Amino acid sequence: MFKRFLNLEWKSFFRSASLGKSLALKIVMIFFGIYMLVSLAASGAFLFVILQKLFPDIDPVLKVSEFMIYWLLFELVLRYFMQKLPVMNVKPLLMLPIKKGTITHYMLGSSVFSVYNFLSLFLFIPFCIVLLVNDYPSLNVLVWLLSITGLVLTANYVNFLINKSDKILVIFGLFIVSLYTIEYFEIFPLTEYAGKLFYTLYQYPLLVFIPLSLMIGSYYINYYFLRNRIFLDQSLKKKTKAIETSDLDWTKKFGDIAPFLQLDLKLIWRNKRTKTQVFLSIAMIFYGLVFYTMDDFGVTSPMMVFIGLFITGIFLSNFGQFIPAWDSAYYSMIMSQNIPLRKYLESKAGLISVSVVFMFLLSIPYVYFGWEALAINFSCALYNLGINIPLILLAGSMNKKRIDLDKSAFANMQGTGAIQFLIVLPLFGVPMILFSLLYYLISFEVAVLILSVIGIIGFAFKKPLLDWITEIYRSKKYGMIAGFKEKNS
Amino acid sequence: MITTQNLTKRYGGQMVLNIEHLDIPKGQSFGLVGNNGAGKTTFFSLLLDLIKPSSGHIVNNEVQVDQSEAWKPFTSSFIDETFLIGYLTPEEYFYFVGELRGQNKADVNAMLAQFQDFFHDEILGQRKYLRDLSKGNQKKVGIVSSFIGKPEVVILDEPFANLDPTTQIRLKGIIKDLAVQKEVTVLVSSHDLLHVTDVCERIVVLNKGEIVKDIATSAETLKELELFFGGASD
Repeated sequence: MFKRFLNLEWKSFFRSASLGKSLALKIVMIFFGIYMLVSLAASGAFLFVILQKLFPDIDPVLKVSEFMIYWLLFELVLRYFMQKLPVMNVKPLLMLPIKKGTITHYMLGSSVFSVYNFLSLFLFIPFCIVLLVNDYPSLNVLVWLLSITGLVLTANYVNFLINKSDKILVIFGLFIVSLYTIEYFEIFPLTEYAGKLFYTLYQYPLLVFIPLSLMIGSYYINYYFLRNRIFLDQSLKKKTKAIETSDLDWTKKFGDIAPFLQLDLKLIWRNKRTKTQVFLSIAMIFYGLVFYTMDDFGVTSPMMVFIGLFITGIFLSNFGQFIPAWDSAYYSMIMSQNIPLRKYLESKAGLISVSVVFMFLLSIPYVYFGWEALAINFSCALYNLGINIPLILLAGSMNKKRIDLDKSAFANMQGTGAIQFLIVLPLFGVPMILFSLLYYLISFEVAVLILSVIGIIGFAFKKPLLDWITEIYRSKKYGMIAGFKEKNS
Repeated sequence: MITTQNLTKRYGGQMVLNIEHLDIPKGQSFGLVGNNGAGKTTFFSLLLDLIKPSSGHIVNNEVQVDQSEAWKPFTSSFIDETFLIGYLTPEEYFYFVGELRGQNKADVNAMLAQFQDFFHDEILGQRKYLRDLSKGNQKKVGIVSSFIGKPEVVILDEPFANLDPTTQIRLKGIIKDLAVQKEVTVLVSSHDLLHVTDVCERIVVLNKGEIVKDIATSAETLKELELFFGGASD
């Protein structure tokens, strides 16, 4: 029976729509995947040497043990957001003559092969190999690895239990913060104790039964929980909550684009994927810190133009590149309802403009690194407003791939095509090259000035530009409607 | 009101719709019947300019639909659930459509009040998004939204499918009321011969993209249609 289940799993993976994507996208994703795993494995391998250098008096295994608790907590948070129990796959199995117990074991068992379980293995196996090479007692090391695997799988199953409520996440967050606070203010040397605890697992291999029984225990709690709930109306059904609505009456100030603006705000706020984009965009404001504090780049270097464009334009590129695919699920309604296409585009442009201004305001504190930083960010914001907004709308007219809004938010590449990769070049590359030329040939001031002026010129020609883009959207209308109807693209 | 001239639609080499001439006068309640693949939805999609005709054109109230957007203010439609915006509540959706058609919230509320029976307390005030409603309830929202803003042309594709019996009967009443008003041209397609003969004063039968019957509804119409479709299936 389990062999058949595995066969199903195999097919569902290799025949999934996401794997049937364009070749280029597949290669990029595989590349990123390998990159992630290799860097994990490499850090696992070098961890030993690094720790030995940093803390010459302490056994690296003890140091690793000290951070084990944070690693496990981090894993739990990561899993909470990204890993779901694969419940939907069992629906078709329910009416076949298979025991419900078997189905439950299958559901829980197949979750062992989740990629999240391999993350820690990719980190710890190389670390343990290095330990063995350095003549650590092999029994202790191998059993320690087994213990870690047990703990990781415990995290795997605990996640399914806590995944059911948001409250637990909050409690969890508070827990981590308070742990850190206790540690930071030296109220209680928690890391040390936790470290000793995990180190004991290494010292006394017999104790491996603790993590293993934790794993088996959490497995069976899940089992009993699920076994009695495998019915269509219980754990297999997506929960719907009563929702709060707001009027958004303040958008009326924006005149006749108000209804579309309201629609876009609701689109962003009520769908996971778009909501994540907003949080990511705001978080990206800190991206600048990485570069501003690096000595390799001066505050006037062209690299900072990229940072400026990126910070002020992150929402522009993240959200804008999928216009109008965000509306793909109801695009035929948009096209047959009494909506002038022009107003529709204007509202999108308005929303992105607001985001650019907002991100610029957030970036003002970078003036700490010199007035040049502010000047660059200001001119980049102007360039984004004047040139990049029309540009991203224009690129949108080439969008024909559907986006299902209710699909998960993380690592969701749906609706992504070659255009989404290519658009970055004109968006960020062209102004960067332009700035570099002016900067090296003339001066920083002139470069900043010209970038701003180009932005202002683009802004001045907004009307004819939008008219032109509207015409292009109109001419591509039929192709877009047909493309957005294709579900598995 | 709506004139179709030499309209064809081809996919690859296959002709899916071929209407030489079809005239639908203002105020008529017009029914379109046919088996799957007969071209009903294709015709409506062409009428709404959602697909491009291979040849010919449709003129809706003196506006050629693939040339100008001026037909949009007086034409409304509900084809399928892709006309609904899943992340809005029913109320928000109605207000949104109202706003597009120059109706404020009070206007929309007044209009919705007439449909209380039709909604059967399952639509308004539910605090649910449209994507979380059942198929039948989604359909109710779509149908009612197509009545917002006093349209002159209402296009409904398969409005009776997925509705429960009570709602089907109520919908028939609503469409009949619209037909009586004589300013509204109603276009309905259906697989249900009984409903469509009940509601429409004229019935056109499509078969493999061509008009094979054009009947002014009478007492014998249902028999005639049953005979036609019964024979076709043999």
